[in-house]
This record gives sequence, C-alpha cells and structure tokens, in this order.
Amino acid sequence: MSELKTLYKEGVWVNNPALVQLLGLCPLLAVTSTVTNALGLGLATLLVLIGSNVTVSIVRNWVPKDIRIPVFVMIIAGFVTIVQLLMNAYTFGLYQSLGIFIPLIVTNCAIIGRAEAYASKNPVHLSAFDGLMMGLGFMIVLVVLGAMRELIGQGTLFDGADLLLGPWAQSLRVEVFNFDNQFLLAILPPGAFLGLGLLIAAKNVIDAQIKSKQIAPPEAEKGPRARVTSLT
Amino acid sequence: MIISSMAKNGAILTAFALATTGLVASINALTADKIAEQEQLQLTAQLQEVLDPKSYDNQLSQDCVIITDEKLGPHANQVIYRARKNNKPVAVVIRHVTPNGYSGDINLLTAVLSDGTIAGVRTTKHEETPGLGDKVEVKKSLWITTFKSLTVEGEDDARWAVKKDGGQFDQFTGATITPRAVVGSVKNAVLFAQTNFDDIFAAPNAECMEVAK
Repeated sequence: MSELKTLYKEGVWVNNPALVQLLGLCPLLAVTSTVTNALGLGLATLLVLIGSNVTVSIVRNWVPKDIRIPVFVMIIAGFVTIVQLLMNAYTFGLYQSLGIFIPLIVTNCAIIGRAEAYASKNPVHLSAFDGLMMGLGFMIVLVVLGAMRELIGQGTLFDGADLLLGPWAQSLRVEVFNFDNQFLLAILPPGAFLGLGLLIAAKNVIDAQIKSKQIAPPEAEKGPRARVTSLT
Repeated sequence: MIISSMAKNGAILTAFALATTGLVASINALTADKIAEQEQLQLTAQLQEVLDPKSYDNQLSQDCVIITDEKLGPHANQVIYRARKNNKPVAVVIRHVTPNGYSGDINLLTAVLSDGTIAGVRTTKHEETPGLGDKVEVKKSLWITTFKSLTVEGEDDARWAVKKDGGQFDQFTGATITPRAVVGSVKNAVLFAQTNFDDIFAAPNAECMEVAK
C-alpha cells in the first residue's frame, strides 16, 4: 500500500515528469494552446505510458540487458502507432489538430525513462500504477498550462472540446471574457515557456513552504490542563 | 561464446520486432475502414461548405480530375471535383495551394459556378500565426466568406487585391501577407476554372480518394 502511495506522490508531485524531470517538453510546449489539445495529448501519453510500462514489466525477465533499449523503443513505438491509429479513427478532428505531436510521443523521454528506471525492475501491477501516476502528473501539467494559455490568450476554456469528447461537449465551452484582439503572447510558443516557468516557480514556492513548516520547532509543550468545568 | 549470445539477442530482437509489427498491423487492419470513413466524411463536409449540395445531384467526392497547373499552386496533382445536375455541368470545386503565406503552404478549396462566379472558398490547411494570420479559417473569422458570389474579370482585375494594394479585400491588422496570398491564389484558381471549364468536364474521371488529403 505504501508503495502505491509513494508512486502516487512521485508521479504527481515530487518527481513530476514535466515540472521536475522536465521531460517531454516538445509536445508539452507545442500543443498546450487550448485545454482540449492538452487533454488529448495528455490522455494519449498516459495510455502509451501505461501500455509500455506493463509490457516492459511483463517481458523484463526475458530481455537481456544488452538489447533492452532497442526492445523498449520498439514497444513504445508500437504503442504510439496504435494510439495514433485509434485517434485517427475515433477522434478525427483532434487527430488533425494535434498533428505531428502524436508520433512525437515516441521521443518523449518520460516514457523510455519510466520503462528503464521503473518498469524493467518491478512487477506488472506496480509498473502499471507507476505509468498511470506519471502519465497523470504529465497530463495535469499539460491541462493546467493549456487552461492558462487558453484563458489568457482567447478568454475561453474547453474551446473545441467536441473534437475530443463528441458533439455533446460543445456545451462545455466557457467564454470567460471577450477581447477584440487576442493576447497573442499566451498562444504563441514563448507564452508556453513563460507559463511553464511560472508553474515550476509556483511548485518551488509551495515546496519551500511545506519544508519550512516541517522544520518549524514543535509546538511548546502544553501546560497542565486547567479544570474549567466544575468552577461553579 | 560471443557468437552464441549475438545469435540469441538477434533472435529475441527479431521476435519482438515481429510481435510489435504484427500488433500494429492488426490494429491498422481494424481501424482502416473507420479512418477511410472519417476522411470521406470530412471531405463531404468540406465540399458542402463551399458548394450547396442541393445545386448538384452527382457523387461530388467521386467525380474528379487531377490537374497540374501553376495557377493552382507549385505542387503537382491538384484535385478538381465536378458537380453536375442532370448530367449538365454546374460547378467545379478546386483544391489549390499558395506558397506565399507567412509560414508554409495554405491549402484552399474554391467552388466556381458555370457562370464564373464563386460559390464559396474555404481554407483547408494552413500554418499561419495563431491570432493574426489564422483569420483565414472560417472558425476564427468570416473573412473567407466575403469571396462568395464574386467573380474575376480577366487577369488584370484590379479589385482582386487587399485594400492596402488598392483592391476590395480587407487585410487583417498585423497580417497582410496571409490575405494577400489567399486573394492571389483564389483569383488564379477562378481564372483557371473560367478558361478550362469545359475541358475539365470533358476529361475522364480519376481516382479521387487516392490523392485527396
């Protein structure tokens, strides 16, 4: 149980692939111009990560150390191609707006990093959970960054969500405010760098606060308890 | 010793390559129909945007010719769909490309009626700057709909330019290159359609789905 808890903390916060390991920045920065794109790529990465972790963990005892990297690369590339085909078939519009970045999941070092560092040494269920948590951590950062950029750049949230979730999701679109001219910096690539920088800074501030609380001197010992109930 | 380990590793790698390739191939086989269907749906939707489906009665997406002409852009093999009603020519829908955009090619779809006027224009693919040049997308701005019902009167038609160049089309604030490229390309496509309208309909039918993207 505690192993699961550690994996959860590692993936989502302490060792977050995007904020701490700074892996997979190319898709992270390129597709986070809207929440929908971010969520789509996040889900795709999550699926690939779970699939590759599970497979690598299953075959870990049969793969000699010398050829493990090519085998891992093949497994990951296979899963990415499968996810790409499925997205092309079932979420066509999103597939078109994510474009080249789906095949680029192959080059997301977070995936081969987890295969090598965790899945190749641990049993299947833990590897699956590790994939889930690492993918979740990556997806959360993508979505938060996407929300920041979409909100500042276009004044909307969930624009085009129907591409990912089907026609009903059109009602998810929120127009928070309306400008005559979009705030371009947020939508263009520099906005992604600035946004990611702010997110990392925010995480560091929170970490520092948690740390300062932990080393704060323990509360002074309480004095003897005064009896207040039977004074009357 | 080393030979045997090489052989063993080679065999393991081969096994994995076969397994992953097999898996990808089977998923590909399972999704191929669905993907083709999606592409067909998208093509139908695109064609509907530029040309009223009530104005013709043939299978527009299946009736096409493939043309290479510099008026339609620098690339070979542009597709032209032919709309007919009761076997009489109604309109042509032309795919054309301009390389003069701000970044990369802009792919356009223009429908030209038999009298030489435009039934509709849409941008099908572009990489223009978000927020500036992307107003050529109908989702972002209605600018592209201003082409409807216009016509081109010869190569020297001065109205076919952005206002900055003395023409009739609005440019976008901060982005003149994109609309200039689109206007020029649409003008060329319309001229091509006007000059070759009968030839297009006389040509034999081509395999449309192979080249449509």
